[in-house]
Amino acid sequence: MLRLRPRTAGLRTCLRAYSTPSSPHALVLLEHRNGVIDAGSLSALTAAEQLGGQVTGLIVGAPEHVSGVIEKAKKLKGVTALLHSTAAQYSEPVAEIVSPLLEKLLSDSSAFTHVVSAHTSSAKSLLPRVAARLDLPAVSDIVSLEHDSAANATTFTRPIYAGNAIATVRAPSSIRIKFFTVRSTAFPAAGASDNAVEDKAIEPVDVSDPPTQHIQTILTKSDRPDLGVASRVVSGGRALKNAETFEKTLYPLADVLGAAVGASRAAVDAGYADNSLQVGQTGKVVAPQLYMAFGISGAIQHLAGMKDSKLIVAVNKDPDAPIFQVADVGLVADLFDVVPELITKLKDQ
Amino acid sequence: MRPTSARLLNILVPVKRAVDYAVKIRVNPQQTGVDLNVKHSMNPFDEIAVEEAVQLRKRLKDAVQSIKVVTIGPPKASETLRTALAMGADSAIHIEIPEADPAPEPLGVARALAKLIEREKVDLVIMGKQAIDDDAGQTGQMLAGLLDWPQATFASKLDVDPEAKSATVLREVDGGSEEIKCRLPLVVTTDLRLNEPHYATLPNIMKAKKKPLEKLTPADLSVDLTPRLETIKVTEPPARIGGGKVANVDELVAKLKEAGFTAA
Repeated sequence: MLRLRPRTAGLRTCLRAYSTPSSPHALVLLEHRNGVIDAGSLSALTAAEQLGGQVTGLIVGAPEHVSGVIEKAKKLKGVTALLHSTAAQYSEPVAEIVSPLLEKLLSDSSAFTHVVSAHTSSAKSLLPRVAARLDLPAVSDIVSLEHDSAANATTFTRPIYAGNAIATVRAPSSIRIKFFTVRSTAFPAAGASDNAVEDKAIEPVDVSDPPTQHIQTILTKSDRPDLGVASRVVSGGRALKNAETFEKTLYPLADVLGAAVGASRAAVDAGYADNSLQVGQTGKVVAPQLYMAFGISGAIQHLAGMKDSKLIVAVNKDPDAPIFQVADVGLVADLFDVVPELITKLKDQ
Repeated sequence: MRPTSARLLNILVPVKRAVDYAVKIRVNPQQTGVDLNVKHSMNPFDEIAVEEAVQLRKRLKDAVQSIKVVTIGPPKASETLRTALAMGADSAIHIEIPEADPAPEPLGVARALAKLIEREKVDLVIMGKQAIDDDAGQTGQMLAGLLDWPQATFASKLDVDPEAKSATVLREVDGGSEEIKCRLPLVVTTDLRLNEPHYATLPNIMKAKKKPLEKLTPADLSVDLTPRLETIKVTEPPARIGGGKVANVDELVAKLKEAGFTAA
């Protein structure tokens, strides 16, 4: 029975030493949705710029999705060239379908020294697959980087153990192309410039009879700011009792502050809030200007997702809740008394 | 119609022994890593993977021929395999590395697993989406890439059709979820929401001691697990100076105002 397909030739171990490193040349995956480039990709672009060399943006998408995006991407600050590949197959970022395009772009003759993306769910699926097919390791979720051109080595820092330790990792010159994903909250978003760079279309790589088919995407609708990029977040935990109370209590406060709504895993597991609102090691990592935690005890896994916030406010009945150890402003009180009073007093100002 | 032998599923579940999720870790004084003299347990996402394999057998009955668990790690990682066996796996493979060796990287682990899969009959790999120690989240995707198999990452629901040799998977993605259909053989990585793992019962723990556990070395699979990235140091994250408290909502509002936060 044929259960293993033959390996492709590109998987051989790469033992070549690259003796004359020129300046770095990063390929940055620019993700987009509804004609808008993801904020996370703009942060990835800033990280790529810090390598100190050329930065080529890459847009992949279906014809109906990319037209406006290419024009915007050409004018991004920091981008020195833009590649795009358009095919109906690319309407959803299915890793098995997009991977061959990247493998071709990054083949042995490639000039790229780094492959960069935001640490998003689609890039997390795609990048390690591509890296492995090129026999290259990858570095996930970096928060800082430094490139040494002379040694052709890049040093990254990244959180490990749910952010309770920071590892400094060096990718030496023996790693032909350095793959990394970027923690968006650690880098400012790249802005727009007046100049537009050249763009070049690249042939899509057709994947006939793909092994994975996208069926549907179910997006959680929200009129509030996106949790991942919001400058203010109002977050609730198990103390919110049920989904109805969660909404009734926190949403008005979020609206008064113009904040996104987040939740602890306990609240999500209990069904009070949608999965996509979860803040923590297994959910989203946020670093807003203001993070308000209501009825959240502050487990290690939750702190991992929010402890880089500028100002942390915690309201909890339990004076010993660990959240108070990281909170800049703590109030020991019943959140059901505090929130309405807070809404009134914020409005009165 | 009785399933033919070609339609029986062989499931492989890679698991990792990691510092227990509830332990507050401490960086060692040499700054080479964290203090590992603490409680370890199976990586939580891997528990979900084992549980899913066991539940698949409950749902698909005889269509599941075998559930094999594998780990790569020091001698003590055998305990993790015993836990998986007690949860319902049939047999285990321990690719043993010396205690003193550095932890292998995802690419090395994926290479070893790919080699193992060349040897074993495997139709479905179910593994955690990330290990809670290195937080890399790469191994499943790398394995799928090396094998040129499809991948279903961050799965929150898994339906396998052994007859059609396909699986329908609901995946957690940014902003919602996504449904995909994959052909087998397939690599699935588990999200937290896939299931709730059951604890092993005492009789099952006793039975697990008699289940087969094969030991291999990286050399047996001709893989080199030496990391290619260099870990320069591990440090404590900058400490937050929290602990400031206010007495009432008025003081809270004043603090917010002071920091520039007023109604939008």
